[in-house]
Amino acid sequence: MSKYLVNLTINDIPVSVPEGTTILAAAKKLDFRIPTLCYHEDLCVAGNCRVCVVEQVGGRALIAACATPVSEGMQIHTNSAVVRTARKTIIELLLSEHNSDCTKCYKNGNCELQSLAHEYRVGDHVFIDLVNGKHRSIDDLSPSIIKDDSKCIRCQRCVRTCDELQGVSALAVAYKGDHQKISTFLDHPLVEVVCTNCGQCVNRCPVGALIEKTYVEEVWDVINNPNKHVVVQTAPAVRVAIGEELGYNPGERLTGKMVTALKRLGFDSVLDTDFTADLTILEEGTELLTRLKRAVVDKDPTVALPMTTSCSPGWIKFIEHTFPEYLPNVSTCKSPQQMFGALAKTYYAQKKGLKAQDITVVSIMPCTAKKYEANRPEMRSSGYKDVDYVLTTRELGMMIKQAGINFQNLEDSAYDSIMGESTGAAVIFGATGGVMEAALRTVYELVTGREVPFANLNILPVRGMEGVKEAKVKIEGCLPEWKFLDGIEVSCAVAHSLAHARKLMQAVKDGTAHYHFIEVMACPGGCLGGGGQPIPTNEDIRAKRAAAIYGEDEGLPLRKSHENPEVKMIYEEFLGAPNSHKSHSLLHTHYLVRKQY
Amino acid sequence: MENTRPKRVDIIFLMEGIDPIKVVENAIKKSPDDIILDMIDSGLKGRGGAGFPTGLKWKFTRNEDSYDKYVICNADEGEPGTFKDREILDRVPEKVFAGLAICGYTIGAREGFIYLRGEYNFLLPALNEKLDVFNAGLKKIGLDFTIQMRSGSGAYICGEESALFESMEGKRGEPRNKPPYPTVAGYLGKPTAINNVETLVYAFMIARIGPEKFKEMGTKDSRGSKVFSISGDTPKAGISELELGMSVQQFVDEFGDGDTKAVQVGGASGGCVPRKMFKETIIGYEGIPTGGSMMLFNSSRSMYNVLHDYLEFFTEESCGQCTPCRVGCQQLLKGIEAVKRGEKNPGYLDDLKKLAKTMKVAAKCGLGQSVANPFISIVSNFKEEIIY
Repeated sequence: MSKYLVNLTINDIPVSVPEGTTILAAAKKLDFRIPTLCYHEDLCVAGNCRVCVVEQVGGRALIAACATPVSEGMQIHTNSAVVRTARKTIIELLLSEHNSDCTKCYKNGNCELQSLAHEYRVGDHVFIDLVNGKHRSIDDLSPSIIKDDSKCIRCQRCVRTCDELQGVSALAVAYKGDHQKISTFLDHPLVEVVCTNCGQCVNRCPVGALIEKTYVEEVWDVINNPNKHVVVQTAPAVRVAIGEELGYNPGERLTGKMVTALKRLGFDSVLDTDFTADLTILEEGTELLTRLKRAVVDKDPTVALPMTTSCSPGWIKFIEHTFPEYLPNVSTCKSPQQMFGALAKTYYAQKKGLKAQDITVVSIMPCTAKKYEANRPEMRSSGYKDVDYVLTTRELGMMIKQAGINFQNLEDSAYDSIMGESTGAAVIFGATGGVMEAALRTVYELVTGREVPFANLNILPVRGMEGVKEAKVKIEGCLPEWKFLDGIEVSCAVAHSLAHARKLMQAVKDGTAHYHFIEVMACPGGCLGGGGQPIPTNEDIRAKRAAAIYGEDEGLPLRKSHENPEVKMIYEEFLGAPNSHKSHSLLHTHYLVRKQY
Repeated sequence: MENTRPKRVDIIFLMEGIDPIKVVENAIKKSPDDIILDMIDSGLKGRGGAGFPTGLKWKFTRNEDSYDKYVICNADEGEPGTFKDREILDRVPEKVFAGLAICGYTIGAREGFIYLRGEYNFLLPALNEKLDVFNAGLKKIGLDFTIQMRSGSGAYICGEESALFESMEGKRGEPRNKPPYPTVAGYLGKPTAINNVETLVYAFMIARIGPEKFKEMGTKDSRGSKVFSISGDTPKAGISELELGMSVQQFVDEFGDGDTKAVQVGGASGGCVPRKMFKETIIGYEGIPTGGSMMLFNSSRSMYNVLHDYLEFFTEESCGQCTPCRVGCQQLLKGIEAVKRGEKNPGYLDDLKKLAKTMKVAAKCGLGQSVANPFISIVSNFKEEIIY
């Protein structure tokens, strides 16, 4: 912030704000809300929808409040006659180009254009309907995202999200004038381009032009099918965000109520992806130690280090497209969701005396990319599709509302068994840095027999919203079998959002950064900021969800993955040991080199 | 100039006895501040149409504290009815180069660019050849300044200065938010003086012989002369350099075919002057400003067709990023079509005029803002032609 204060008046009320503040922010300070559509706190300013235009006394034209910095002596009116006329006209223009079939729209009730139209009581607007007669396609080929151009208002939030936040640029502006649209490389469908299915565009689309592909009806169908045993798993980040769909403020921990609601919805067994998150730590930690041993002891030049995490399906598709030469560096571990699916149709089926084909696995994920991941052909190691349906946090909210459940009054309940046990280490998978922290808690202890040397197990350097975080942990006093690691300083990096991941990987590629282990989450803030999480999102909301996640961790009796009793049990009864042959066939996978556009 | 004919001038294309490199060599004997004073004193305003005082533009850019600065010649001459820059670049390119060099010296830039309209690429080989010689000439006189050509790809919007920068940077040509203005953050985010082709040639003339001769011509608000691109129903189509300050009537007397009913001043984005306003309308900043395009229409022309063509042009050439322009242009076009077909009553034209007024104040850049000029002037003055 600059030290200079600028004085101006907004609607005749004087205000002083630091130099560089926008009119929008200055007005907010005075509790004047100026409507916006293309503006989003996470993105650079576009100034293209023009809904936020305000009047500057003496100015030739109106100015965009989101894009214009204050200047000394400015006199701004946010609701004058000319502003009101312009604003209403702009809303009417947008509606004339927008498929306004609101009652049938997936975003009905959560649409920023709809709210504005309501606020300004836009009636049977005067302009000619421009929607009909234009060839506007619906791209519904992706298992994750549906893009409906007839609803698009060209605010370019999605384009900026895909470019700035994610560094993917699958979406871009194409053509000009009346043909201008948001498109992809050569207008290919999203499944055929570099789209990572992260859904960050879905989180920011103000209208219904980009939405998740929903499987709610399919899930109701299996719930109502008496021949199916329907197992549901919930990802760590869902429990701290589901409240936002159901009338709570961001940052409420609602694990117990959510489990009760899932039981009331009719799932036969309500289990926790946390269980396989803990399992991931043991599999991935062992894989890391094996790679380190091959590098340090065997001096094997072919060992791929740094090793990167593999939990985030957006990240996986990104690296497959963008840094395919680094695919050997990616942990072969499936994501916790897919480990869960594979085990549900093998281990769980066996324990419960069920046939795999009679089990349906449903996931509740903060993620749209998980829908794509579940559809990958590699993800069938049980002999069936390991995870049948993936729903987002938003879709779960929808089901709870459809079932007429009064969520706020629900009692807490516990997850079912087996595969319902969790540790704090698994919960923090939902935040950026969480997998790293969980891995360090376990690996350090495995190697040294002592707890990781951070107060109260909280590895603060890998927490927080910094784009790329680094941590170094010196390994000393190793147990005899790990003596070769004595004195090694394990160097780790954590990146969240793919733009930061790209930067980090580029540094690794350029040889300017050296690490042993890298965690990447495709979404800002990690899974808690995932593309399937409640809308809206911003840094403040994500920080609140993160605080809830770390609160959940601290409140749990077990906070290290290797202490999860069900994890111990599954190795004893079923898998043998981490990275065993059985583990490999069920819990590990491989990756594909994909094209660069 | 009451009742006189427009005064023809020969400045821009005059080459006799002029050695552009020599002019630069002499010009840079003066301090940059003195050159700026001359430019301000001359009253020269940008000849692209917007009319920003050239001396001030140079001064603002000079005052910015930056190691890298740029000077750009905007040769993306896309305004319908304008073809003067093509002629200038074809006939006297060295004067443009020299104008760029003088501007570069003045503001402290070491690099200059000519952003050439994609459709003018046929000029490139000759321009590049002449540039090589000119750049070598600059080296010889010890001026650390080189000029390069850049080519557009045919988008009208890239003539808008900030969209032009985006295009030069390899991005999609879309106007930026202002502020910051180009003098502060232009090409590559650096202070940039961007001038029209013709402006640079007048700047060259002022640097060569001082501001007096330029200042003598024209009016208080519109100093000097201007190159006009004259087209339409005229026996004298082509380029004419005329002293500023004449009325449309004087212009029509000289260039009309005796049956002129309207003159579109300033191209598609300019205003339409009907016969009844010829006398009272001055061509210049006190009246109706123009980048040089003068289209004359006689009574055989349908002003509906004229407006329809313009709106089709804007509907296609809007970059599409801002709502008022992208959707507004389509609505204006479909709107007059609907009125013509009788699907909307004539009263709908008033709604459309209101829309045009909103576009004028709410669009992001000059393109969207200026669609109101032809729309309102044509609909107001030729309403019956639009309806029937």
